[in-house]
Amino acid sequence: MSAYTAPLKDMRFVLNELAGLSEVAKLPGYGEATPDTVDAILEEAAKFATGVLDPLNHSGDEEGSVWKDGKVRTPKGFKEAYRLYCEGGWSALSLDPEWGGQGLPKLVSTPVTEMITSANMSFSLCPMLTQGAIEAMLLSGTEQLKKTFLPKMFDGSWTGTMNLTEPQAGSDLALVRTKAVREGDHYRISGQKIFITFGEHDLTENIVHLVLARTPDAPEGVKGISLFIVPKFLVQPDGSLGERNAAKCASIEHKLGIHASPTAVMVFENATGYLVGEENKGLAYMFIMMNAARYAVGLEGVAIAERAFQRALAYAKDRVQGRDLVEGAKAVPIIRHPDVRRMLMLMKSQTEAMRALAYVVGAATDMALRHPDKAMRQRNQAFVDLMIPVVKGWSTETGIEVASLGVQVHGGMGFIEETGAAQHLRDARITTIYEGTTGIQANDLIGRKIAREGGATVKAWLQHLQQFDAELAKSKHADVAQMRKALTEGTAAVADSVEYLLATFGKDIKAASTGAVPFLKLMGIVAGGWQMARAALIAEKRLADGAADKPFYDAKIASARFFADQVLSQASGLRTSVLAGGAGALALSDEQFLAA
Amino acid sequence: MKALVSVKRVIDYNVKVRVKSDGTGVETANVKMSMNPFDEIAVEEALRLKEAGVVTEVVVVSCGVAACQETLRTALAIGADRAILVETDVELQPLAVAKLLKAVCQKEGPQIVILGKQAIDDDSNQTGQMLAALLGWPQATFASKVVIADGKAQVTREVDGGLETVSIKLPAIVTTDLRLNEPRYVTLPNIMKAKKKPLENLKPDALGVDVAPRLATLKVLEPPKRKAGVKVPDAKALVEKLRNEAKVI
Repeated sequence: MSAYTAPLKDMRFVLNELAGLSEVAKLPGYGEATPDTVDAILEEAAKFATGVLDPLNHSGDEEGSVWKDGKVRTPKGFKEAYRLYCEGGWSALSLDPEWGGQGLPKLVSTPVTEMITSANMSFSLCPMLTQGAIEAMLLSGTEQLKKTFLPKMFDGSWTGTMNLTEPQAGSDLALVRTKAVREGDHYRISGQKIFITFGEHDLTENIVHLVLARTPDAPEGVKGISLFIVPKFLVQPDGSLGERNAAKCASIEHKLGIHASPTAVMVFENATGYLVGEENKGLAYMFIMMNAARYAVGLEGVAIAERAFQRALAYAKDRVQGRDLVEGAKAVPIIRHPDVRRMLMLMKSQTEAMRALAYVVGAATDMALRHPDKAMRQRNQAFVDLMIPVVKGWSTETGIEVASLGVQVHGGMGFIEETGAAQHLRDARITTIYEGTTGIQANDLIGRKIAREGGATVKAWLQHLQQFDAELAKSKHADVAQMRKALTEGTAAVADSVEYLLATFGKDIKAASTGAVPFLKLMGIVAGGWQMARAALIAEKRLADGAADKPFYDAKIASARFFADQVLSQASGLRTSVLAGGAGALALSDEQFLAA
Repeated sequence: MKALVSVKRVIDYNVKVRVKSDGTGVETANVKMSMNPFDEIAVEEALRLKEAGVVTEVVVVSCGVAACQETLRTALAIGADRAILVETDVELQPLAVAKLLKAVCQKEGPQIVILGKQAIDDDSNQTGQMLAALLGWPQATFASKVVIADGKAQVTREVDGGLETVSIKLPAIVTTDLRLNEPRYVTLPNIMKAKKKPLENLKPDALGVDVAPRLATLKVLEPPKRKAGVKVPDAKALVEKLRNEAKVI
C-alpha cells in the first residue's frame, strides 16, 4: 500500500499565493506566522502525520475500537500516537496563548489539520472534538470552570466531546430530552446521548463531556436548551481526579467507516454537571461554534480527497494493464490510458480547488477576527458566513466523489479492502452527514446566508468575480482564456440562480428548497473555479518571470483548464436544476413514490 | 562540557535524484532539501547527552550556502542551543569542511564533536576522520552506542562482522551510524523557540581557511539500467549458475 505524502508544495502555493499568508501575519497577534516559521511547522507536521499517523490508518480501520464492560480500547498504536501528538504541542496550535496555546492563525492550523486528517481521519476526530469543547468553554465558561478544565484540555491530557444527539433528536435539536436538575452549585444530568465521537476511550485519564440538556422549567423547543460540562471523573479542588461520574458508555456503534473512532452511546444517570454560560442559551453557544465545526468537516473532505487521489495515482503508475492506444505493442501502466488520466485529473483538480477555497475562507476567518478595521472585519465575516456551508457541503460531497473515483481507478482491486482505496470511501461517507447534512447546509445557504439579507454578500462576491474577470482578460494563455470563459458562464449561472432564489424564497419556499443542494454545488464549483483561475493567472505570471519550478506551474494551469472543461462546465446544468424549482420533486403524493 | 554537532543540507532522502543533462552534477533546483539523516542522529545524540546531564551546551554548525540556515533552524527546533553558519557559495569538499570545522572547534572549544558518518548526497565518509587528524584528537567512527564518563567516551562501533567497543579520551570526534538512536519528532513549542535562538554567521576568510576545491568532477552519470534477468529451468540449473557463473556458492 502506498504511503501518504504531505502535498507541501501545493499547500505553500495556496497559503502564500491565494490565501495571503503574509497579510494574515500582519494582523495583531499573528506576527509569529512568518514564512520560515510556517515552513518549519508544515515540515514537522508532515513528518508527524506521515511517520506516526499514516501507518496506523489501515490497521486502525481493520481493528477498530472495541467496547467491553463499559470501557473502550482504541486500536493498537493509537495511544502512543496520541501521546506523541500531545508532546508535540499540536493540540494547542491555534489556541489562546493565555491558556498555553501557540496562538497561531487559523490559516496556519488549517494545513496542519488537513495533513493529520489525510493521514488518519479517525485519529483526527479526537483532537477536533476537544478543540470544539475548548472553544465552547472559552466563549462562555466561568473562570472557575476554565481554570479547572482548560489547561488539561489544552495540552491534551484530557479530551473533550460534544453530546448533542439523542435517538429522537438528530438534526432537530428542539427535541432534546436529557434532563438537568439544579442541586446547589451544580446540576444532576440524566438521559441518553448517541453518536458521541470519542465519548469513551483509553487515550487519556479523563474525558470532558459537553452536554445539551433541559432544566425542569425550561421553555419548549430550541429556546429551552442549556449546555453543561459533565466530566468522566470529577475534579477535586486541588486539580486531582476524584469520584467516577455517572456518565457511562453503554456501547459503541458498528459503522460504515471511521472504525478506529469510537462512536459512543452515553448514559447519564444523575451525573454531576456544571452549567456553561446561562440557562436556556445552550444552542446559541453551539451555534457560535458551528462555523468552526462545519469548516473542520469541510476540510475533512479536502483531506480524504487528497489521500484517495494519492493512493489512486500510485496504483495507476504501478498497475500494468492494456496497451497504449497509439504506441501499441506492450502492456503499459494504466496511467497511460486517457480515461484513467481523466479520473486522476478529476481527483487532482477538484482537490486543489477545494483546498484553495478552504484556505481562502480560513484566511478570511482570521481577518474577520483580528483585522484592525471594523468594516474589514464585517466584510470578511460576511464572506465566511456565506462560504461555510459551501466549504462544508461542496468539499464533503466532492470528497466522496473523489474517494469513489479512487476505487474506480483501482478497478476490481479497489473493491478489495487490502488496497486501502475502499477505506477512504467508507471514511468519507460520514462527512456529508455529521455537523449538518448537505441538505441542511444548502438550506442554511439559501435561507440564512442569502434570502435573509437580500443576497447582499453573495452579490458583493459576484461583483468581485466580475472585477476579477478584467484581470483574466489580460492573460495571453489559451488555457486561461478557456477558464475565463467557463468562469463567466458559471458566474452568470450563480447570478441567475440567486435572482430566482430571492424571488422564490418568500413565496414558494418548497420550490426554492428543492434547488438548494444543486445551488450549493453550483456555488462550490464556481467558487472553486474562481480559485483555480486565480491560481492559473499567478502560475502564468510566475512562468513569465522565469520561475524555476516550471513543472509545478505548468501543471497548475493544466489543472485549471481541466477544471474549467470538466467541472465548471456543469454550471449551466445546475442552474437548470435550481430554476426548475419543485417540478417533479414536489409533484408526487407519498404513495406515488413506489410503483409496486 | 560543550558538544559541537555538524549538520549538512542535502537533497531529501525521499527525492529521486536526477543527473543534470550536461553531466556536471545532480539537479538541485526546486528539489526538496533536508538535514542529512546521519546528522539528525548526531543532533539527537548530543541532546540525549545534554538531557542526561553530561553535556551542558549543544552547538550546531553548518558550512555552505545561506539556505543552510534552514537546516540549522531545524537543528535548533530539535533542541540545539545555538547555531553557527559558515557561509560560502563555493562548492565544499570534505577537506575544506574539516578545516572549517577545525577552526570552529578552536574557537568554541568543545569536548566532543559529533558528526554523521557520511552525507547521503556524496557518501564521502571523510569529514569526521579528517577533522580528527587535523585537530590531533582521537576518533570513534560508526558509533552505535556512546557512553561518556571520567573524561572518556566509550563508543560501540559497527564494524564488519560485529561490534567493536573502543575507549577514547576527550576531546574527541564521534561519527554516528544508523542505529545509534531514533531522532525525536520536533515539537511545535520548540519550533517557535528556535526562531529566538542565536545563529551566528561566519565566513571562511574570517576563519582563515581556504576552501577552494582540490578535486575536479569530470562527469556525473546515471547508474546503468538493470539488464534483463535470465530464466532457469530448475533448481539444479540455478545452483549450477550460482556456483560456476556468479561464483557465490
